[in-house]
Amino acid sequence: MYSVADLKKGLKIILDGDPYLVVAFDFVKPGKGQALYRTKMRNMINGSLLDRTYRSGESFEPASLEERTMEYLYKEGEHYTFMDQQTFEQVVMEEETLGDAKNYLLENLKVEVMLFGEKAIGISLPNFVTLRVTNTEQWAKGDTSGNDSKPATVETGYVLRVPPFIEEGELIVIDTRNGEYSTRVKG
Amino acid sequence: MLKIDVLRLRAKAIKAVRNFFWSRGFLEVETPLLIPANAPEEHINPIPTLSSWQLQTSPEICMKRLLCNGHKKIFQISHCWRSDERGSRHLSEFTMLEWYRADSDYQALMTDCEELLQYVVSTCFADCHCFNQNSKKITYTSPWKRICVQEAFLRFAQVEVSDCINKGLYEDILTSIIEPALAEFKAPVILMDYPVELAALARTKPENNRIAERFELYVGGLELANGFSELCDPLEQRRRFEEANKLRVNNGQVILPLPEPFLDLLATMPQSSGIALGIDRLIMLIAGVDTIDEVVAFTQEEL
Repeated sequence: MYSVADLKKGLKIILDGDPYLVVAFDFVKPGKGQALYRTKMRNMINGSLLDRTYRSGESFEPASLEERTMEYLYKEGEHYTFMDQQTFEQVVMEEETLGDAKNYLLENLKVEVMLFGEKAIGISLPNFVTLRVTNTEQWAKGDTSGNDSKPATVETGYVLRVPPFIEEGELIVIDTRNGEYSTRVKG
Repeated sequence: MLKIDVLRLRAKAIKAVRNFFWSRGFLEVETPLLIPANAPEEHINPIPTLSSWQLQTSPEICMKRLLCNGHKKIFQISHCWRSDERGSRHLSEFTMLEWYRADSDYQALMTDCEELLQYVVSTCFADCHCFNQNSKKITYTSPWKRICVQEAFLRFAQVEVSDCINKGLYEDILTSIIEPALAEFKAPVILMDYPVELAALARTKPENNRIAERFELYVGGLELANGFSELCDPLEQRRRFEEANKLRVNNGQVILPLPEPFLDLLATMPQSSGIALGIDRLIMLIAGVDTIDEVVAFTQEEL
């Protein structure tokens, strides 16, 4: 168990059954008065923020979270299945939990899955992923309209802006942190 | 401001504090830091040591014994230790200025505060104002506003302070409503006349034994100093210490030993007043920085 004295930014605790990350913390204590521990916490499942004030003597259950490297297998409806290549254990995550990460999930991609007990609550992706362009309009040579980008769809179904010279079937690198085109894979 | 410059300013300000008290006839004293007993308080925890003795949480017990021994005006700048106090305005080991005046009450200390801060600020900046962490100009010239605690709770939070204490909401209301309201003042503010429950070592007002002659100095919403007319009744003082220990037991905390030699001498102490001012916070104010980490050479985490 953690006591209030253990509270600090980055601590992970369980509140009402959910894992929370302490994102802001301050200790306040008026002269001769009782100490107050003011925290702002983020629910690690749904991302909602919460303000809570604690007093001396209160305690918290640590949220034991584990990160494991897993491989993305397949999608069925809104359910995405991942597998630990060592133990062959499989976990399923909802599309909503994955958020934008679903845009980059290609079969066999290795990701870090965050587990809260048995439950997968999120994934972290490599900063860059390589995906094939499946659909984009041909760039007309001599186009002087001044557009320096055009929409393109990649094999996961994700649509992003790419430079005009990118053609269908080409491999491009996407930065998963902002979802933007990064570079073209030559050859 | 860079740390190297903050530490230079700190040295200059502490020198100014010393000059101020020396020039007004106060004697600079040093009392032991490791002592058999602090004044037991409900919400102040000494850091445990290997022996049964404790590091001081404040030099008040020894300094009041000096008043009993005949000293009239004394000051001390020393380190104090309080367990588990760490935040943007708290360090477990911090520097405290305390001064005591025999034959006087808390009104004299309020005047001292005005003159001391004016002297320190004008020594450091050649002008009687400086900017706090929000780049707000604080002007230190007299007179400073003095507000009774009861009035402050009514005016800023529309509640009775006694209700807040009974419901255990005093600290919450004070820190979330009253202190931010005091931060709006562009000059220091004195909050005075505390309910007796909130003043373990202070004398009550002659006309009202529910109100203690205690005040706190706030600058830019930061609590800077706590002073009071000293209680010199040994029986009442012992009762309050024992009451504090009872509350500690209820809160699941250890009972603290009583400073017996101090209680034995207290009857001989003249009517006095004494005050503690946080030096680190004073430096935060004049350096205009946000956290106490920025005004010390090293924090505990950096060691």
